[in-house]
Order: sequence, then C-alpha cells, then structure tokens
Amino acid sequence: MTISRKPPDATIQIDGKIHAVDPSRNLLEVALELGYDLPYFCWHPALGSVGACRQCAVTQFKDENDTQGRVVMACMTPCTDKARFSLAHADAVTMRAAVIEFLMTNHPHDCPVCEEGGACHLQDMTVMIGHAYRRYRHTKRTHLNQDLGPFVGHEMNRCIACYRCVRFYREYAGGDDLNVFGAHHHVYFGRASDGVLESPFSGNLVEVCPTGVFTDKPYGESYTRKWDLQQAPSVCHHCALGCNLMPGERYGRIKRVENRYHGALNGYFLCDRGRYGYQYTNADDRPRRALLEGAPIAAAAAAAQLGAWIEQGRVLGIGSPRASLEANHALRALVGDANFHRGVAASEAACDDALVQILRQTPARIASIREAESADAVLVLGEDLLATGARLALALRQSVRNAAFAMADAANVPRWQDHSVRLLAQHAKCPLFVLSARATGLDDIAKRTYHGRPADLARLAQEIVHLFDYTQPRAPGLDDDAIHLAHDIATALRTAQRPLIVAGTSAGSVALLQEAANLCVALDKAGVAPSIALLPRAANSVGTALLGGDDADAALARIEAGEIDTLVVLETDLYRLAPAARVDAALARVENLVVLDALATPTTAKATLLLPAGSFAETDGTLVNYEGRAQRYFQVFVPDGDVRESWRWLQQAAPAAGLDLGDTLDALIECCAQAHPQLAGIVDAAPSARFRLAGSRIPRQPHRYSGRTAMHAHRDIHEPRPPQDADTPLAFTMEGARSGAPPAQIPIFWAPRWNSVQSVNKFQHEINGPLRGGDPGVLLLAREASATYYERPAWQPARELEVVWLHELFGSEELSARGAAIATRVPRPYVVVHPDHANGLADDTTVICDCGGQRWHAKLRIDATMAAGAIGVPYGLPGVPVLPVDARVMLVPA
Amino acid sequence: MLSPDETREIDVELSHYEQPQAATIEALKIVQKHRGWVSDEAVADIAAKLGSSPADVDAVATFYNLIYRRPVGRHVIHVCDSVSCWIMGQPRLTEMLKQRLGVELGQTTADGRFTLLPICCLGTCDRAPALMIDSDTHRDLESVDAARLDAILERYT
Amino acid sequence: MTQRTRPPDKPLTDRIRPEHPPYGLADYERHGGFQGLRAALKMAPQDVTGLIKAAGLRGRGGAGFPTGVKWGLVPMGADAPKQKYIVANADEMEPGTFKDRLLLEGDPLQLIEGMIIGGYAIGASVGYIFLRAEYVLAAERLRAAIRECRARHLLGRDILGSGFDFELYLHTSAGRYICGEETALISSLEGKRAIPRAKPPFPTTAGLFGKPTVVNNVETLCNVPHIVHYGADWFRRLSRCGDGGTKIYGASGKLRRPGAWELPMGTTVREILEEHAGGLRAGLKLRGFLPGGASTDFLTAEHLDLPMDFDSVAKAGSRMGTGTMIVLDDQTDVIGMVRNLMTFFARESCGWCTPCRDGLPWGEKILAGLHTGRGQPEDLDVLRQLTRWLGPGRTFCAHAPGAMEPLQSALKHFRVDFERAANRGVPIAATALQESR
Repeated sequence: MTISRKPPDATIQIDGKIHAVDPSRNLLEVALELGYDLPYFCWHPALGSVGACRQCAVTQFKDENDTQGRVVMACMTPCTDKARFSLAHADAVTMRAAVIEFLMTNHPHDCPVCEEGGACHLQDMTVMIGHAYRRYRHTKRTHLNQDLGPFVGHEMNRCIACYRCVRFYREYAGGDDLNVFGAHHHVYFGRASDGVLESPFSGNLVEVCPTGVFTDKPYGESYTRKWDLQQAPSVCHHCALGCNLMPGERYGRIKRVENRYHGALNGYFLCDRGRYGYQYTNADDRPRRALLEGAPIAAAAAAAQLGAWIEQGRVLGIGSPRASLEANHALRALVGDANFHRGVAASEAACDDALVQILRQTPARIASIREAESADAVLVLGEDLLATGARLALALRQSVRNAAFAMADAANVPRWQDHSVRLLAQHAKCPLFVLSARATGLDDIAKRTYHGRPADLARLAQEIVHLFDYTQPRAPGLDDDAIHLAHDIATALRTAQRPLIVAGTSAGSVALLQEAANLCVALDKAGVAPSIALLPRAANSVGTALLGGDDADAALARIEAGEIDTLVVLETDLYRLAPAARVDAALARVENLVVLDALATPTTAKATLLLPAGSFAETDGTLVNYEGRAQRYFQVFVPDGDVRESWRWLQQAAPAAGLDLGDTLDALIECCAQAHPQLAGIVDAAPSARFRLAGSRIPRQPHRYSGRTAMHAHRDIHEPRPPQDADTPLAFTMEGARSGAPPAQIPIFWAPRWNSVQSVNKFQHEINGPLRGGDPGVLLLAREASATYYERPAWQPARELEVVWLHELFGSEELSARGAAIATRVPRPYVVVHPDHANGLADDTTVICDCGGQRWHAKLRIDATMAAGAIGVPYGLPGVPVLPVDARVMLVPA
Repeated sequence: MLSPDETREIDVELSHYEQPQAATIEALKIVQKHRGWVSDEAVADIAAKLGSSPADVDAVATFYNLIYRRPVGRHVIHVCDSVSCWIMGQPRLTEMLKQRLGVELGQTTADGRFTLLPICCLGTCDRAPALMIDSDTHRDLESVDAARLDAILERYT
Repeated sequence: MTQRTRPPDKPLTDRIRPEHPPYGLADYERHGGFQGLRAALKMAPQDVTGLIKAAGLRGRGGAGFPTGVKWGLVPMGADAPKQKYIVANADEMEPGTFKDRLLLEGDPLQLIEGMIIGGYAIGASVGYIFLRAEYVLAAERLRAAIRECRARHLLGRDILGSGFDFELYLHTSAGRYICGEETALISSLEGKRAIPRAKPPFPTTAGLFGKPTVVNNVETLCNVPHIVHYGADWFRRLSRCGDGGTKIYGASGKLRRPGAWELPMGTTVREILEEHAGGLRAGLKLRGFLPGGASTDFLTAEHLDLPMDFDSVAKAGSRMGTGTMIVLDDQTDVIGMVRNLMTFFARESCGWCTPCRDGLPWGEKILAGLHTGRGQPEDLDVLRQLTRWLGPGRTFCAHAPGAMEPLQSALKHFRVDFERAANRGVPIAATALQESR
C-alpha cells in the first residue's frame, strides 16, 4: 500500500493514556506502533485491513460518560480525533479470547512437528491471549493437501482462514492460480488442482501465512527451530535490486532465507529467486579444498603460491559483478590497476558504464523500490522485470493502484480499507506502459504494450522525447500505431505527478539506456519531475563499474596476445562471458590459472590453483545495488574446509606478493575507500568491527540457541570455542546485546512475545515505514552536473533475425539456477520467433540453432508477441552458449 | 470444449453484464444444465471463455451449493431440511427417501438415477414438508407413505 | 385499459388468482397495471423518491429501512455516475419465508413495474432480478413477463415515449442463503463468491461493479407502483400503524391453515394465527413462535396481541423480519428446532469471518449433543457465550447475529428444556427419527 502520512494532529485515548496520532490511520497499526501487543491475523501492513478474523477487538467509547462502550475491530477503526479506546476492557478481552478459541477449535496440535513451531504468529497470539485449554470436544474438520511445487509446502488442516494468502497472492502479486474454495467452515486455500504455484512471489506465502499452512518446502525437508538458527543480515546476490535477506544456518548449511525488512527496498516481500536462490551454497560439488594441479594443498601454502605467482608479474585479474566490492578491490590492488579487468563482457561493461554515468548526471530522481511503488505513471523500456528485477515488478504492480488510492482519498475512504478501496476503484489503474521484446508478466496491468528489438524500443522512446522537446529529432520510420502510442505515453507522463522511467542493461543496448536518460532530460525540461530506475544485471554491477577496470573481452585479448602468465579469476565463469572456443584457446596460453569461486564451474575445472571461496552466506562484503546503494552483508556461519572469503584469500596472498592488504574486513574497506573516492561511502554502509552495543557484540544466535555442545559431540565431546569474528561486531554466539542493534546489523527479528517474522513491527520506526535508525545502506552516487541529450546511433532496420536476449527468473542468473529447488523450474533451452519468421517450422519442435559454428538444440517457441526481425534467445540458461555481439542464428530442424 | 449451444447461451448472458466474469455463475449453470455437472475440464473451458483462471471459476463453483463439481444422478432430489419442514416431519421424509433409494444424503443410487441432497428452505413452508426433484417441487408430504413416495419417484426415470 | 374506481385494500395480491397463471400484459394493464409507471414517468425522478418517502414504505426484506431514504442516497444530477443499477432481491431463502414466491409467481409484472419506477427514480438504466435458483416457476413467469414488456416497449429504449431507457435482466442464483445479504448479493451478481462487503462505501454510492446500486426486496418494490398510482396518503391509510401499507404475513408450523395473507401493516399476531391460520391443530398448544423467519427471536403466547409491525415487534424483543411466522407447538422439541436452525446457519455461513465460520459449527455440535442425550452442563455456558460473541458488531455481517436471535431467546424462554438436556436428561421423545439425522 502506498503510504500517505499526515501529521499526528489527532488525539486518542487508549486505556486512559493520551496519544497524538495520524487520524488517517487505523487503530491497529497505531497501537502496534505505540508498543501495545494487540493480536491480529488478517491484517497485514502491506495488504491493509479487511475485518475478517475479528481478532483485534477493542472497546470504543462514545465519550467520557460512556462506560459500556462497544466492541470494534481495531484494524477497521480510524483514529479519529478524541476517540476513546480500551484494549483492557472486559468485553474486548473476552472477545479476543473468544476468537482465538474459535480458531483453535480446528487447529491441530501438531506444533512439535510443524516447521513454524516457535516462530508461528498463531502460536504467539494464542499465548499472548492466554488461551490454554480447549473446551471444544467435537471432531475437527480436515482437508487433503496439495503438491504446490518445489517451493511451498501445504498443510491445510492448520488453516485459520485469515485469507491473507489469497489477498497477497492474487490482489497484491497478481497471481490467479491460488484461490479460496468452498464455503462456511470448509473453506480451502489452494490451487484448482495440484501443481506448481505459478507466481514468482509464491515463497512469500510462507511469511504471509500466520501459521503452518504454507511452509518453506526446502526448509521443511530438514527444518530447525528459529531459535536454533544462526542468522546474520544479508543482501540478495541474485539481481541488482539489493533486497535484504535473513539467511539462517544450522549444521553448516543454510536452512532457509527469510525476508529482511528494508523500508526503501524489499519491504515485506522477496521474489522466489531471492528466497530460494541460496540453495547452491549447500551443493555437494562445491569446491571446499584448495587444490594445486588437482591435489590438495594447505591453505597457507595455496595463498603463498598465489602471491608468489603475482610477484613474478605478467599477471592479470578478472573480477566479478557477483563478488563483493572488497574482493574485487583486493584483486585489483593485488594485480595492479592496469591488470585488473571486470568480469563482464565488453558489451555489458559499456552498458554498466553508461548506466552509472546516467545515474550521476540525470536530472531524474533515482527511484527506490518503495518510491517506484508510489509512481503514478510508469514506462518500462526494454526490461522483462519479472525476470530481471522481480521485486521491482511487484512494486510496479502496486503503483498502478495509486489511481485507486486517489479515488479513495477523494471519497474519504482510508487507504487501508482494502476491500472498500478496491470496490470504489474497480479497475481504475495508473498508466503503465511496457515496451519489451515480447509479452511480459506485467502486461495484464499495462495500459499499452509494444514489442520490438532494443533499437525499435529506443526509437519509440525517441519519439516520446520529441513530443516533450521539439528540438529533438523525430524517430525515423515509425508506423502510425507506434506514433499514437508515443503520444499516449507522452500524455500519461506529462499529466502524472510522479512519473517513473524503468530501463536496464538486459537487452545489452547502450542506446536504449541513453534514450531512457534522454527522456528524463526532456521530462525535466518540460517541468515534469521524473524518477528513474535502471537495472544492471548483477548484484554488484554498479559497484564494479564504480571500481572501474577494463572488460573481460580486453582481458582475453591480452591473454591471446601472450602477455599473461598468471590469470586470477575471481568468482567468474569465463565460459559465461565469451564463446567456449575462445576461452579454451585463451586459457591454453596461460601458465597459471588461479580461480576463486564458491561453486564448481567450467572455469574452476581448468584451474591450476583452485581457491574455494565462501558463498554470500559465508562471507562479509559490500554490494552496490541499482540505485548506487552500498549495502553490507554479513557472514552467517564459518564454513568447513578451506572455504573463506575471496578477499581473505587475496589478503593472505598479498604478503608473498610484497603487498599488505590488511587482515580484516575493515582494513580492506578502508583501503578500498581511500583508493577509490567514489566508493568512500561504503565505510558507512554498516558499523565497523569496533562497534559495540552496550559494550557487547551482537549475537548471531538467538538467546535460546540449543545444542552447542551436542552438535559437535560426534567429533569431540568438548564444546569448541566459538569462531571469533574480527571483521564485524557480530558474534558467533548467543551471548551479547540484542535490542537496539543498528538496522544494518539486526541478525534476527524477534521481540518478547513476538517470535514470528511479524515481530518486524517492533523494529520499525513506523509500521510499513523505515526501520528504527533508518533503512540500511549508503547511497554512493554523487550527482554531477545535469546532462544534455545523448547522441543517437543511426537507426538500422531489422536485419535477418537479430539475436535479442530474453531473461528467465529461474535460469538466467548463475548462482540461483544451481540450487536444487530452482533447478526444477529452469526451462530447457528454447528460442522464440515471431510467426512470420518460423519458416515453416512448427511450434514446440526441437531445432538446432547455429551461430557461426556454435550449435545447440532448443525448443522452438512461436510467439505472436515476439518482436519482428528478432530471435529471442534465453540469457545464461544451461545449454545455451554465449554468443558474440551481433550474432546471427540460423534455425534448422533437428 | 464448450458445445456450440453452451457457447451461445453463455454469450447471451455475457451481454447482460458490464464485466465478463459476472457471467461465471450463469456459465456454470448452463454447462450443468447440459451435462448434469461441472467437470474440471468444464471449469477450465469456462475460465478461458470468460477470461479468468480455472482457480477463479472454481472458487465460485465450489462456493455455491447448487453447482455440482462431481457427477450426480440423472435426477437430483433436494429435500428441504429447514425449520418449517423439520417441524412438519422432514426427518421422517428424509429417512424414507434414504430407505427407498438405499443411499445416504450426498450419495447417488447405484443405477445413477437419483442423487439425494439436502437443501435449505424451498419457500413453500405453508405446505411443508417439501422436496424438489429436478425443477419440480413436491409439497404436503407430512403423511406421505411409501406408496405415494414411490409414485412420485417413478415419474423420474 | 380501465381506470379503477376504487383503490384496492390489498394492492399487492389484488391481481393474484390462486392456482391460476398470472395475468399477461393486457390483463395486467386492464387491472390497473402500469398506471403507476405512467404517472411516475410524468414526474421528476426526485419527486417519485419523495413520494415513496412520504408513503412511509419500509423495506420488506427484514431490516425495515425506509425505501425512499435509500433511494435518496443515490447520487443524482449531472455529476452523478452515468451507470446506476437497481436490483430486486428475490433471493427468498429465509427459512419459514414464502411471501415473495407468492408475488413472483402470482404477479411478475407488478415487480417489473416497480423496478422500472425505481430505476427511473434513481436514474438507473439497468435492473437485475436476483432470483433464488429453486424458484423455477417464478423464473419462467418472470422471463415471459420481461419478454412481453420488451416487445411492448415497456422495457428497453425510450419507455412509453418518456426518453427513459431501462433494461431488465433475470439472474438466477446457484444457492446460498448469504446471497440475500445486500452486499453479498452484489458480489454474487458480479459472478463472485457471495461474501459481504465492507461499508462504506454503501451500495447506493458504490455497489454493483462499483456503480451506485439500490437493492430492494421484492415485496418492497411491488408496493411502489401502487404508491405512485394511488398516492402516499392512501398507502399510509392501508396500515394500522405508523409504517405505511399492507404486509404479506405468513405462518407455518402445525397450524390448521398455514399460509400467507396480505393484511394491513400492524395486524396482531393473534389475528394472523387464529383468524387466518386457523389456530394450532387440535391438541396442540402454542409454545412460541419466530415472528419473521429463522433469524428472529422467539416470542411466546404472551405476545399474541402484539401488532406485527417493525417497531412493535422490536419493542417486544424480536424483529418483524420477513413477517412470516414459524410456530413452535408444545409437542415439538425446542432443542431440536434450535439445532435445526443452527445447522442451517452454520452451513450457510460464507466463511469470511472467524466467529461466524467457526463459532456456528461449535454451537451446532453442542446442540446436536444436547438433542441426542450427549449434553454436558458446561454446554450451556458456551451457548450463552456464543450469543454474545456472535452478536451484532462482533461479526462482519448480520448472518451470525441473526443466528443468535433464536438461540438466545430459546435459552431464555425455554431454559428448562436446555437445562434438562445439558444434565443428560431424557431426550424429548417423539424425536427418534430426528436424532438420526
């Protein structure tokens, strides 16, 4: 829900205490914010109020003489000035007790075998209300469960029918394959039949469900109580949005990832790639030992060997946009600025550089995800957001509802009155335009869509620019439909209060990015204040672009030229950057290939020296998201074997290379900040290792953490000394200070009586607003003088089947696709063409794709929405090779 | 696949509403009129016709007690079990029907002829107890005997 | 076409001939039909609404909300939404209620005329009749009547040359008592699950498809043509109390002549039960009665002289509801009867809010226990608590509070029966069959 805050100019009484509150809000959220423990189920801060569960009953009095009062639902009651409420009044107390007693008539006593046990909102509320004895002595209603796919488990007998699942899944996230069936006390929440939940946000059901109906399926396979999970605040590594995660570990494995609330970014929700992408960290084939020529080598010797090779010179380092800034910086420092190359192909580096330049120079505001949610007109230029930045797509789905909120405001209906707002507004939507290579998952809420090659989309954008600023040339060769569409879009943007332009690098087109920038310039000149969101591909694309360095194509050229003896590859699979033949040839020319990575790749298979790197969950580091927000993520647990942070390997190699990179994270951050003034802000992304809370560290383990001795007893009956953390103020123990942790370093959302994820209420400055102490991260990008228009490349009409990259939520991103659950959702290789280009081939047949001798099998998908003149090839999918720029692909029947 | 007749009848209903999903209940009833019940496949076909999803159509279909999502007999007997009929001897009537048909409420006779279901008030309380077979209402069954009941049932083959 | 010389005393049933098909359009007009519409179309829409207000017509669906006031809440004028709707609530499913069936089967044109006038008054161009599925004969007759009206340009564009366009559709439901609740009915008409909606916005501002919508009971709408035709004063004079008009009262149970009768509003219970229904069958005594359907509080023999009007019945601690009484005699087990009611209400809960969805089945199971000799003393505590926890304001809509009305009044009036059952007293005889349900 888009928040609209008003000043706290109403005074209400709660049990005799006077509070100044915002009268546009409801009593439940206000009471929670004020610290009252008022139980609820159907209300959700992002979903609003519907008055279904009747759990948040309070007594409202007419005036000071009214002692009787009447029971009202806090979630449905506005905080009007001079209103008098009681939470403690007998009628309210007994009503709340009654509701929980009703809910528990059917709820099974299976808490001991339920994944949610100990972190269950229903449990919390039941205990809070004091319901301890079941008077109901009759049979319970029972249901059959469904197989909902690899992500979400289903146990309907636990259902308390709060309707939050369907409200989130359908009304908030736009899914239509989950619903409520039946009536009276036989309501059933599920799919029409067994099958995979189709929504890319299905995993949120686990947190939206107040009990154990929808559970995290991979977690459920070997779950651990929340109090036994060791947790640390983390940041998603699977796209550039920078959503905040809370991974939990037990026995050396990440058991699950929960949402970590961030007021400006992910809020309460993650996409399924973010939630389940961690599973690669538990893969059996992960490198865990340092290997020299395939043989184990002691870690210290391995590091020294790397240092020695670097000392010998003729060295080149290739960094990675999926690795931390610290690791990239350490590599750059170790090999020298001139020998450091970014782990991206030339085309991507060009896009990333253009993106950063635009962000620095655009007159537009850079939109956080939360700000995108408040946009009232949106143009998506070339991104299939549900694949390249799904959480942002979810925000845009909310943005179109601002038309409804405006109507509600006009009718004096509070925005949190969810169903009233929907009833009033019906299908009214703010305009969203999606310009893409083919149909996307946002089309159902789009006012208009347009499909074309990146150059076609840029051309349409140019026409819009022209409509705002006639000094800019008209776009060449547009047909009437496209010109009308440009007019429609221009009108929508012009009349909007908060227009937003979304673009990205997924199409590999600098021209498209620059046209998005041009549009912002034009809007700005026309007096419309735009916002912009530009999505690069990887979690640290912006960070590595800021760090600088030449690209991987240039690196390969230097290797091919025989300039390099030692190649150090950081968390990059070269085979995803260039055609295999080229990489093979280049690697053959290198004497020492050093690879640091957390997963086994074709590149690690060729390593002379393999240094096992920690995954995101095993390391600390800093990522810079699409906004230029530097965010620190923290090590959840200390891994077995030789696995350690990439940057630590490099630090440990430094002395042998005659360098000193320090031996802590803070030292490296300091060194990075000094070497790169544009990154100076990263120091403040989170408190340093010296930070103490009331003199203590912040424990990663909950205060009820159990089995510290027992879990090692098969190896040694003595409890091992907990690992020491020299890099952060967090500790691998249960001892320390808990409350008041800085927002970037909250390792667990928990508060007395609030064991579930709903406890985040207790950590927010205001419900749905920023965390206490501010949302984590530091915006790095200093704004430079505003730009003028970018020059446009000459437009070329479609050539025969130009390759256009398509993206998949599951499969296009390297790390997440390796996880067991997500792997089942990765499509087989395919290609997409418009029916006009099918050349007699039938839909869904297997074809051989031929690109300059590289051949691979794929399923042909004939799609009437696919851009004409293009062949859509899925990016990064297993079985789909890397293609050179300007590749042409021939299709022949298999 | 919806039959041409079903499609035509649904199209007429569609013209009555400003939103296509509003015809969901009518569409379900039309299919049921033609086929006796509404299969999973029919739910999907209706969804496609109305531009909604199978889950959305099924959410509606399963809410209403007069949409049958499982096969029923050639004739459906609805026995009113609301209060006026109860006072006037509905339990006896239901019991007799169960005996005559050899089924419990909610079941279909082995020959597929009758399905026996309860229904709430048929709005003929002054002539209670009552039951409905297909679209015929039978009233004044307070002192019905086996012979008369059989005579009624015999009309439905 | 004849003009009546004398206004009828029983306007609603005047044209109804028992056991005969209803009048066709020609006969309907010959018997005064469409005079009201003709008069209305010559008036300003707001004046029609004013007339209905002046007549003191209150909603006959059970709540008794003044019809003219409801119509007056619809936005009118140039700024008002272009599309508005009027809906006839013909989802007569209140157990014990069979008055609308009489009107629908007996004089469908009367309802249609009322709806056209209502549509004209609020500026609606489309009307729907929301008819319960089981009223097959009524559906047939309504369809025929609509067809006839359409053919004679009484429906469609430019009705009677007035410039007023009005289209009318019949929607037959697929079951579920909750559809009778105004906002649930609108949800159902939109092809959704019949879940009641939050108010505000009220249907008169945002109803069907978000457009201003008036939902009126069948009997209410049937009064409209007569009020317009004969005037508000005439309508008020039909009544014996402050509320205007006649009322179709009904009575069922073990009576000599159960049935439905159009009588002046405010006719006493005694008159209805004794004169019209012929009193209880031989050998039976009155123990109590539900005055207006299943969701009203029991009244007892001491209330026999109560006038059946909204305010008098409310004063006596019940509701007039639909005005169709269900009589409990002294040979019928009151616990069985209350159990039957609770089974009905539990089954017909829409499942949206907790107290109704989970509380009613609990009550039902307790009553089943009490009814079959498995009662326990603490059962009565739970039942009494339920009547509070499922009361008005505690639940999302009025379904569960309606269910609590017969329960709470039965616990009060027939306490002895409940206490005996709770203490595992002998279950009432004569119910062996009932128990096996």
